[in-house]
Amino acid sequence: MSRMAATRDGYGQALLELAENDKVVVLEADLGKSTKSLHFRKAHPERTISCGIGEQNMLLVAAGMASSGYIPFASTFAIFTERAFEQMRNGVARPNLAVHVCGSHGGTHTGTDGSSAQSIEDLAIYRTLPNVTVLHPCDDVSTRLLTKQLAKSNSPSYMRTARNKTPVLYDDTDPSTIQIGKGIELRDGADVAIIACGVLVSEALKAADALSEQGIQATIIDMHTIKPLDTQLVDRVAARCGAIVTAEDHSVIGGLGGAVAEHLSASSCTPLERVGVNDRFGESGQADEMLELMELSAPHIVKAAQRAITRK
Amino acid sequence: MVSITASISEIEELARRCRIEIVKMVHRAQAGHPGGSLSEIDLMAALYSTSLRVRPDDPDWEDRDRFVLSKGHASPGMYALLAEKGFISHDDLHSYRVLGGICQGHVDMKWCPGVDFSAGSLGMGLSFGMGCALAARLEGSERRAFVMLGDGEIQEGSVWEAAMAATHHELGNLKVILDRNRIQNDDFCLEQMRMFDIPAKWKAFGWNVMEIDGHDMPEIVNGIKFLDESNDAPSILIAHTVKGKGVSYMEDNPSFHGAAPNDEQFEIAMNELGAVG
Repeated sequence: MSRMAATRDGYGQALLELAENDKVVVLEADLGKSTKSLHFRKAHPERTISCGIGEQNMLLVAAGMASSGYIPFASTFAIFTERAFEQMRNGVARPNLAVHVCGSHGGTHTGTDGSSAQSIEDLAIYRTLPNVTVLHPCDDVSTRLLTKQLAKSNSPSYMRTARNKTPVLYDDTDPSTIQIGKGIELRDGADVAIIACGVLVSEALKAADALSEQGIQATIIDMHTIKPLDTQLVDRVAARCGAIVTAEDHSVIGGLGGAVAEHLSASSCTPLERVGVNDRFGESGQADEMLELMELSAPHIVKAAQRAITRK
Repeated sequence: MVSITASISEIEELARRCRIEIVKMVHRAQAGHPGGSLSEIDLMAALYSTSLRVRPDDPDWEDRDRFVLSKGHASPGMYALLAEKGFISHDDLHSYRVLGGICQGHVDMKWCPGVDFSAGSLGMGLSFGMGCALAARLEGSERRAFVMLGDGEIQEGSVWEAAMAATHHELGNLKVILDRNRIQNDDFCLEQMRMFDIPAKWKAFGWNVMEIDGHDMPEIVNGIKFLDESNDAPSILIAHTVKGKGVSYMEDNPSFHGAAPNDEQFEIAMNELGAVG
């Protein structure tokens, strides 16, 4: 049994490690305990800015600090970052200020708080903004490494992390293979490619096991960077497998599935099946119950793979 | 402190020249926002002439005071002043609202030297200025962040998030000027949203507050001195102004919030402002 951890813990750990750069500052909107920026606050209170429960202000305070040479990491729940979308659009992305927004508790996997706390559209909306990098890592190791890379970036970003624990995939992986903008091939198979992000990467791996028992060999991609999309990798697996499935704990509209569909529509006729939240809101439930209810779990990915293969 | 001092009459003359450029820009473009540019310009001319530590030949100087025109649509006032102060040329003013021009419709830090924030969407500048003030303090720099707010703008809720946060963080280096011209896009503020006792609101949020006549230059200079000297908490200078000030038919006229004068009106304005040639 592999180690279990939540991606938000990787974020918190990365902030701590980034603290040696005295230009790194952390902004909170009352949810540092949840997003895990609290560790940074404890160690570096002078560089942690409490913005109260005021996300719109937080994003622009971060923008002002970025314009003055600081490297701000601002976090709250994914859903509450959305309240500040126009601040992100006009005050951060448009002037291309390197503010790094982390939305934790993204997706229906967040669970029992119910639909008000389950962002299923964050990846889609931030992906529409020029200059903004959009990330959704699948484990604490990759979250930690990608967060640290963001600190070196000159443009803004949005990263979704998750509340609940999922299997850790990269404990024994060469860290240099985890790079912003580069999808990771976790398994190599010739029949179908499953491109997943976040909490559904481990579901995709389970699906690959089930497919393998049926004699279907699946390629599995962890597409932690939604934007810029690793289109070379998409093209490569499209050519190799001839059928693609995307899987994300996010609306089927506009997220990873949307990004892959947009690319494929211009590059090949590869059949694509999108596993995601089917244009509906969630409800209260345990994380695993939500994946079932929303038809996101491994068996649903298996079915999508079978559909994609029959469309070849 | 780098002190740039100017006499009252010199600042008044600077503001008059800026007013001429404001009306010219909006007339050339046949679009833009003359009313709020004319109401703010005495305040900005005084700030740039007395207190603001900036270097026109080095607009990105790290330790400059920041000036955030939060009411970013009132950009003709900003551009006129930047040209008068030598950040940009008078020729650049012809690029206002023209494709590829540095004088974008709303002030934009990516396009125009001397502009510290890309504004235009109301309610954002105070938060941004707060970030600049926090950064200055963290660095141990003496630079300040000045923010020009419009009165209609403070109907945006996030302004009050910033107002609350700025006192929580005891940002004495954050200085606001409120252009209280009493008119917003559609109509008089009183018709759109009664704001009742604005000074009391800022006081209740813990700000130092002073009210002045925003067109009386000695009062303005005194008000800026108040901002300079109030460093224990964020401070706001509430300047009572007249929208469209200096052009008779624009004064206190909601129609000229965002409308350009026609040729006949333009000539009247030039005469009233004493433009030569």
